[in-house]
Amino acid sequence: MSGNTNSNNQNSEVHSQIMWNRLISIVEEQALTLVRTAFSTSVREAGDLSAGVFDREGRLVAQAVTGTPGHVNTMAAAVGHFINDIGPERIYSGDVYITNDPWKGTGHLHDITVTTPVFTGETLIGFFASTAHVVDVGGRGYGPEATEIYEEGIRIPIMKWAERGKLNTDLVNIIRNNVREADQVVGDIHGLAASNETGRRRLVAMLDEFEMDGLDDLAEFIFDRTRKATFKALEGVKKGSYKNVMRVDGYDHPLDLVVDLAVSDDGMHADFTGTSPISKFGINVPIVYAQAYFTYGMLVALAPELPNNYASLLPFTVSAPPGVILNATEPDPVSVRHVIGHFVTDLCLGAIAQALPERIPAEGAGALWNFQASARSADLADPRPPVEVLMFNSGGSGARPEIDGLTATAFPSGVMTMSAEATEQVGPIVIWRKEIRPDSGGDGEFRGGLGQVIELGPIDGYQFEFSAMFDRVDHPAKGREGGKDGAAGKVYLDDGTPFPTKGVEIVAAGRRIILELPGGGGFGDPADRDPAARENDQVQGYVS
Amino acid sequence: MSTDSSTTNGLRIGADVGGTFTDVVFQRPDGTFESSKVLTTHGAPEEGILNGILTLAEEHNLNLADVEQIIHGTTLATNALIERRGAKTALVTTEGFRDVIETRTEGRFEQYDLNIVLPTPLIERKDRYVVTERFNARGEVLIPFDEAGAQKLIDHIAAEGYEAVAVGFLHSYRNPDHERLFRDMLLATAPDIAVSISSEVSPQMREFERFNTVAANAYVQPLMATYLHRLAAELEERGATCPLYLIHSGGGLIDVETAASFPVRLVESGPAGGAIFAAEIAARHGRDRMLSYDMGGTTAKIALIEDYTPQTARTFEVARTTRFKKGSGMPISIPVIEMIEIGAGGGSIASIDALGQIRIGPHSAGSEPGPAAYDLGGEAPTVTDANVELGRLHPSTFGATNINLSPERAAAALVKDVGEPLGLNVHTAAVGVAEVVDENMTNAARVHAVENGKDLAEFSMIAFGGGAPLHATRLMDKLGLAELFVPTGAGVGSAIGFLMAPFAYEAVRSFYTTSEDFDIAGAANVLDELTAEAEHFVRAGTDAPVTVERVVAMRYRGQGWEIPVPVPPGPFDSVAADSLTTAFIKAYETFFGRAIDDLAIEAVSWSVRVASVTNRPPALQSVEASAVAAASSSRSIYDPVLGEMTETAIIERDELVVGSAVNGPAIIVESQTTTVLGSHHVAVVQNDLTLLITRSAS
Repeated sequence: MSGNTNSNNQNSEVHSQIMWNRLISIVEEQALTLVRTAFSTSVREAGDLSAGVFDREGRLVAQAVTGTPGHVNTMAAAVGHFINDIGPERIYSGDVYITNDPWKGTGHLHDITVTTPVFTGETLIGFFASTAHVVDVGGRGYGPEATEIYEEGIRIPIMKWAERGKLNTDLVNIIRNNVREADQVVGDIHGLAASNETGRRRLVAMLDEFEMDGLDDLAEFIFDRTRKATFKALEGVKKGSYKNVMRVDGYDHPLDLVVDLAVSDDGMHADFTGTSPISKFGINVPIVYAQAYFTYGMLVALAPELPNNYASLLPFTVSAPPGVILNATEPDPVSVRHVIGHFVTDLCLGAIAQALPERIPAEGAGALWNFQASARSADLADPRPPVEVLMFNSGGSGARPEIDGLTATAFPSGVMTMSAEATEQVGPIVIWRKEIRPDSGGDGEFRGGLGQVIELGPIDGYQFEFSAMFDRVDHPAKGREGGKDGAAGKVYLDDGTPFPTKGVEIVAAGRRIILELPGGGGFGDPADRDPAARENDQVQGYVS
Repeated sequence: MSTDSSTTNGLRIGADVGGTFTDVVFQRPDGTFESSKVLTTHGAPEEGILNGILTLAEEHNLNLADVEQIIHGTTLATNALIERRGAKTALVTTEGFRDVIETRTEGRFEQYDLNIVLPTPLIERKDRYVVTERFNARGEVLIPFDEAGAQKLIDHIAAEGYEAVAVGFLHSYRNPDHERLFRDMLLATAPDIAVSISSEVSPQMREFERFNTVAANAYVQPLMATYLHRLAAELEERGATCPLYLIHSGGGLIDVETAASFPVRLVESGPAGGAIFAAEIAARHGRDRMLSYDMGGTTAKIALIEDYTPQTARTFEVARTTRFKKGSGMPISIPVIEMIEIGAGGGSIASIDALGQIRIGPHSAGSEPGPAAYDLGGEAPTVTDANVELGRLHPSTFGATNINLSPERAAAALVKDVGEPLGLNVHTAAVGVAEVVDENMTNAARVHAVENGKDLAEFSMIAFGGGAPLHATRLMDKLGLAELFVPTGAGVGSAIGFLMAPFAYEAVRSFYTTSEDFDIAGAANVLDELTAEAEHFVRAGTDAPVTVERVVAMRYRGQGWEIPVPVPPGPFDSVAADSLTTAFIKAYETFFGRAIDDLAIEAVSWSVRVASVTNRPPALQSVEASAVAAASSSRSIYDPVLGEMTETAIIERDELVVGSAVNGPAIIVESQTTTVLGSHHVAVVQNDLTLLITRSAS
């Protein structure tokens, strides 16, 4: 009876929606387990991690929303590499796979990706994968100083961390002997495996409850829905080719990032031809990472409500000739690829702004202002080991077409900072000031987000080896549609001596270093700014 | 002063002001009670309470002079924070840290929204000031307190007409001296200003959370103090001369003066009463693992009760601005009963998102204008409207006072905002709304269990709050639970819970030491001071014997998430310190499967809870079915087990006696809620008239 069929269809629609939601809650649970068990502050405080479930062909079905657009496509592509490199015939129940290969994972050695196959009975039905930024991978440590990948630390090819439930103790031993904080790194890898295991158990229980024999039908429903919604969102963009150029500081000389963005019926393609060549230092970007920040920028502008999966990512493709800084290849150093990679979002948003002027914000601070300080006793005979202090900090984001930019807030990265009190509890550091930087947002009808001023130094009797990785010191964030540029960043010692913005330098005992983080660009003609908003800026001290 | 909150000879009143309904309960000395449920009067919440009290007194011939205690919980503090209706407040911090409450975590709670708006800081930048002073992480002076500068600032604050001042200095949880000094100087100059200092309100590490907490306390303090004193005066005027107590977020009672000094501790006090209610029912029936499910008009709350004690936490978030998203509100660091709260109440609004999916909440139609079916001007479809369409709620049996349900308006709203956009008929739209809200609550319960390292399969469930008994059998099935309890008075469970709460106070402080070099004397000192502080507040309400529970939050060095470990009783010595390490490792294994060898363990924060002893009677014997209850009538109601409308028996709860059995499909109606049984459920009435619902064997 037609009435019955209609009612069955209606029920199956509701049923599939419920299962999709359940799958998303499973990957959120997977991510949460990782946060709870992680050691590195980058994962547990800042949220630098990702987690997702894949079908048996390695296609991303659902992903947890975490602080890292950089993992969006990179991890989505990774599971395909795992299937190829392990070999389908060697995938067994109880296996766990691992890699930190920058080109098959997420762009640098510090990110470890762990993948776990899911079986029901003898049948492979899918995978869980998760990625975390670990505290150390050996080599020269976290920073741009290495000139080849081989100096940057241990590289783990795609291999088995466990086979049929049995841990690969040889691999554990090799890792333990090659990293500085072995307990924490190995602890984090166990955390990754535990989070996948949580996902696996929940998925098996869900299949049981809904009497499903695999993920294929549900994956098709999800891909079909997402594909339609993605292309619907793309319909609003005028077909054509849009170009943009952004100049940034680079390590030792300025770099141009260039994009030619083609919008067609098939989707969007970003070509980075014309971008500056690779650097001698570790700020180079594997193209998977550039693709992640491109795709993130387009999705956030066009289809913010779409969950990430294979179908939402498929229409966004990239290309670049080998040898440009957005297509680093082995053995280029890539340790701090985020410093350049984070600019790809603003670069591509700047291109698409020509098609969608009313939707795209001005440029912002872009790259996070991360630093690692290795604090050691000023008395060189002191035998105590140095203490590593890592902090993530954010400048201002670009003004939006109808709202001011965000003050001291990460974009495009979504990570968080660490508390000053908590940081002072773990290392011999004093943070003397961490405050809004007035006058740093670009003027406009809508003002750019403000940067911040951070003043810090070692406690008495200590000195820092301070690893800087800061950009937008010579090239501030540009305004849009008549908005003014944001303020450039500054780095100097308390006596006014300029301090290098990339690389390692000593902050001597008793001294302080001052970081003035860049602000975001303004949007629209400053003459059009609402007088009330201008007055409020004065009253609050956002503008002096 | 009474000796114990639960053993009195006179009448006792519990009054719970929620987002949608105000519930009032009169309890007689023999334990029987009368209750009422009226829509909340947001402008003047005491009116709803007084109306409820006076109406019940008149209807049931109860004399206010015979009332021994009134216990009150309210969303007023929460609402003042959400609606920004607090005092003109200044925040004074350490120089260099003026903007902590504005720059927040520096993250975005919604990663995929270019137009995200971060919550405005509770205290604007122009009202934030700094003082030159600084302690290091060990509480030692790095920069001495600048008295001259402080006095200049105080003169400015007094001249500007601030009503309240919040003080938060760096590392004040380790050394409160500078905060106290500033407070004393301020009060010497301006004795009428309400001052809150972070080392008293919330001495916990992490400046963002602590500064926010002290700011919130100062901000609502004048308002709450005025309200509480006004309510007390009105009650007295009407002849209720007994003491008034408040239930706090941690589920204990405090006196009016303590509440007026630390009003931030009243945030989420109603739901805390609900968890106390659930714990009491769990004890009465001897179920040591209970999932507490409380669904009202605005939200649903899920909490875990183990060994008849609700789980607690040290921090939570209030006033979430965007879709109840984690991170979109203000963090408040105070001891609370741990629960997960989602926008899934009877008034939660259903809508369709960009993917064509049905979404529920977080917006609620609340009490003004209410669900479409209330016919008070609401036009958006809500969960309540779906329940009306599915036959579960009916004009003839709906409990809340003064509401005439309109099935026509419910259907029209469902068609317009759900049915038409998705091409579904009104019935399927209602099924969709009910299924999605049930699934949302199920997922919330699952995630909450995981966050706490628990396996729900071993839990029983208790349902209360006006909305929960309508949805509980569905949740029970989805979660795979074997038993569901629906106690008497379920519709006003939180207010009844207030009457079961002990006098209790939990004091918390950050104090950092590691297993490698344990500061035993320091820890002992912190524990002693916390005990004295907590006892002081409890003694303001009762002379009864008390219990003292001491807990330390521990983690492996390098981790960010702590596990609570009980501190053994007695003096804190090296044996006690060693036992903490052992207990931590065991707890870690329980949570995450395996411990980590040879890694230092850190103790991060310490807490002491002092509570009056409540004597629980032994658990009741469970009762088998002895007679099948007769239906008073029947009508067509949706049965989610069969997935279709079914002729369903209607049973009056008042007519059930101990041993009565009700076989599904059926609904059991009472004045403030309705319990829905699917075709495979059976309810048996227990000795205390609680319904015990299971799935029938056949």
